[in-house]
Amino acid sequence: MPTSDYDPACLPDLLPLYYRRLFPFSQYYRWLTYGGVSKSYFQNREFSFTLKDDIYVRYQSFSTQNELEKEIQKMNPYKIDIGAVYSHRPSQHNTVKSGAFQALEKELVFDIDMTDYDDVRSCCSAADICSKCWTLMTIAIRILDRALREDFGFQHLLWVYSGRRGVHCWVCDEAARKLSVTARSAVAEYLSLVKGGEETVRKVVLSDPIHPFISQSLGVVENYFNKYAIVDQELLASKESVDRVLSLLPEDVRKELLVHYQNEKNPVNRWGILTDLVNQKRMSSKKGGYFEKEIMLQYCYPRLDVNVSKGVNHLLKSPFSIHPKTGRVSVPIDVRNVDKFNPFEVPTISLLCEELDKSRADEEEDGIKNNETQSAERRKIRDYKRTSLAKYIKLFDQFLDAMAHTRKGEILKKSDLQKEF
Amino acid sequence: MQFTRRTKKVALGSNPELYGHCLQLYGQPPLESVSLVQFETFAVERLKLLKSVENLGVSYVKMSDDYQKKLSTELCSLNFPHRTSRLSYDCKRRKDHISHFILRLAYCQTEDLRRWFIQQEMDLFRYRFSILSAKYKTEFLHRNNLKYDTISIEEKKTLKDELINSSYGISGATIAEQEFYRVPFQDALDLVRLRKVFLQVGYAYIPHQDIVTIVLNDFRTRLSKALALTARSLPAVQSDERLQPLLNHLSHAYVGQDYSFQKNIGKVSLEQIDPLSTTSFPLCMRQLHKALREQHHLRHGGRMQYGLFLKGVGLTLEQALQFWRAEFVKGKVDSEKFDKAYAYSIRHMFGKEGKRTDYTPYSCMKVILSNPPSQGDYHGCPFRHSDPELLKQKLQSYKISPGGLVQILDLVKGMHYQLACQKYFELTHSVEDAGFSLNHPNQYFTESQKLLGGGKEVKKEVEPPQRGQEIAGSNAQSAPTQSPKVQALDKMGDLESFFLDE
Repeated sequence: MPTSDYDPACLPDLLPLYYRRLFPFSQYYRWLTYGGVSKSYFQNREFSFTLKDDIYVRYQSFSTQNELEKEIQKMNPYKIDIGAVYSHRPSQHNTVKSGAFQALEKELVFDIDMTDYDDVRSCCSAADICSKCWTLMTIAIRILDRALREDFGFQHLLWVYSGRRGVHCWVCDEAARKLSVTARSAVAEYLSLVKGGEETVRKVVLSDPIHPFISQSLGVVENYFNKYAIVDQELLASKESVDRVLSLLPEDVRKELLVHYQNEKNPVNRWGILTDLVNQKRMSSKKGGYFEKEIMLQYCYPRLDVNVSKGVNHLLKSPFSIHPKTGRVSVPIDVRNVDKFNPFEVPTISLLCEELDKSRADEEEDGIKNNETQSAERRKIRDYKRTSLAKYIKLFDQFLDAMAHTRKGEILKKSDLQKEF
Repeated sequence: MQFTRRTKKVALGSNPELYGHCLQLYGQPPLESVSLVQFETFAVERLKLLKSVENLGVSYVKMSDDYQKKLSTELCSLNFPHRTSRLSYDCKRRKDHISHFILRLAYCQTEDLRRWFIQQEMDLFRYRFSILSAKYKTEFLHRNNLKYDTISIEEKKTLKDELINSSYGISGATIAEQEFYRVPFQDALDLVRLRKVFLQVGYAYIPHQDIVTIVLNDFRTRLSKALALTARSLPAVQSDERLQPLLNHLSHAYVGQDYSFQKNIGKVSLEQIDPLSTTSFPLCMRQLHKALREQHHLRHGGRMQYGLFLKGVGLTLEQALQFWRAEFVKGKVDSEKFDKAYAYSIRHMFGKEGKRTDYTPYSCMKVILSNPPSQGDYHGCPFRHSDPELLKQKLQSYKISPGGLVQILDLVKGMHYQLACQKYFELTHSVEDAGFSLNHPNQYFTESQKLLGGGKEVKKEVEPPQRGQEIAGSNAQSAPTQSPKVQALDKMGDLESFFLDE
């Protein structure tokens, strides 16, 4: 991923500026206190830091926003992870009797990583991404967001760009935070359709009846399939690629297709022939077979790491953390405009620092002095608003407002019930 | 529960309410007196039953026709209730009740024992509930206060297509007659996990016929809590010297070797691992070793499965660190990064970090049933997780004969993964009969080494509680009229051989 501005070697110089002037500590604190309904919810939250030279420290915890701020500004972590809310303060876990220190609650999280799709994308591999394969993330977000809201009833989802090659989803509803390990793994398995490792060829198997969740997900995939898979990924162009797709079909269909493909070279038409043949086979034989749907899902359906979602104590990269290799900020994604999200337009820390300097220079030119009477807080708000980070922090604010609104609704409901008696 | 040495007859039908239904959730412990003989007999027979449940669960698909038939036979022969009939089977129901509570005493003490006990009791319960008629199912629900809301006819009409497409066995024709219950998804996790139910806004819509899964969840939660409570009162029970030996024996009997105590520590050198992987490793470990050598890396699942296996084989911590570091360094990981990122988890495996739990190598059950591999993973059981075509190619490349290959693939098709691996053992070692029943990768290794290391007939290693052996021996000398105590201990001897015969 070309990042002309950012040089990892500069990170130690940029981080102090980022943490002092840009990181949205008050919104962050507002998020993790969840309206203060539970006392010590914030104090018992585990954070972990990755410092310079790959030094990794766990079980960090803080009593107040100020403490968090000061520590981060002191340590300038390269990476910040968020863990669970424990039964005691994580920083004191060694003093707790063994077995008594337990992870109690945590957001339900999902981690979609582009490397898990290496077997089905031809444009890039490993840590690389491009605008062509980014569509896979768009599809993943659409499918999972719908399912988590409509099937599971969750309302407060924070989708975040990981900074390099994937996306994370933080489900912050109270019910989600209280889920057990078994429940989390059940949700993750409900959402999993692509199964199997290196040794499995056909990773999606559909049979009658097709569950409504699968139908809904297929609907999303179908919207993108032609452009993404047939055109951009050239699924049915090269012999190698065609062979891979055909290996997912039964012998007789495969043979017939190979014959057709000798004459038909246009990939869009080739796909049309494939779907026709499969449909014919389905209508004629009793066993049916949804091979064309399976192909679409195998090439496009989100691949989840169940282990990430399962563990209540699992640590995941924090929103607004910096990705050390790319310099990009882990910013919230606007799901309402998910098709427009471009990971290459996400600001890097070097860009943000540049914008800060520039705005400082502008300020001085305009003769506005850095007034000492202005609170540090207000100065900071002015700061990020003058950078590309502004719109992402606004998204985050909207997310937090929505949660506050729900909490208020709950309180009103409770008091209404009491009034009735 | 009070225990007397005299056998006490219990009148049939003395407790109509308690045993009004052939199935129960074991909410209330038995309050009557039971003789020691009956105490022991009941416990042993229930344990045999649970052991059968476990074995059937590995050899057959749970709830398949074969499974149900065989389980039904077992229940009959061991005299447990399983069919409702007009005649009151009070004595069988009483036995069911009492034996369950006795085994709770034996199986509450450790996490592993509890997990095993809960699993088998749940499988047993699932079968017994599923064969009840609809009338008795409903009666069971009412007796046990499981109240869930049914959905209105209007709602059913609106959701008709979704309900038909998500619930197995519901068609356009049958949907009208079925009641649907609206249950919070957290109470229906087994159905959610397998996507066997329609979900909307956090609620699962469950047809009456599937209500068993909900009941099972309830069953599991209750039993889990109860076992934790039982464990706390255990010291009082264990101080009764009539019960202590039996309870100890019962809880040791279920588990075979777990390879946590390595008798061969340090007897394997790192240079031997490559050749050993082709001669004495089961297929899963051979696959992992090969992947490690080729990729100079393994993901977490693979590292755990293979790393713990090597520990069971006898590698010391120092050897393990050397082994993994040497391989990873050939790949993308430099020595320093290895020490920072991977060495910790290897030491963790050996119990030298964190909780300091000494992790035990995975059994076949664990490898087959948990943490299925995904893209980029090489762990799991190849007989279970590999595409049959790829498995066939791999075995062909390992020079397995075509005839043997067919046998293996047949076993895989029948889902007998451990038997398939056993067949692989037999073919690669050129023996007709493996001579053991495979249930652990380290067992495979040990047996292979025995065979290759001189072909002597080595006695199978088991962990017999010393008392059991002595008593079995003394039986031969006892007088013809046997006192109840010896009679019961005879049964213990039976128990011994029952488990050794696997």
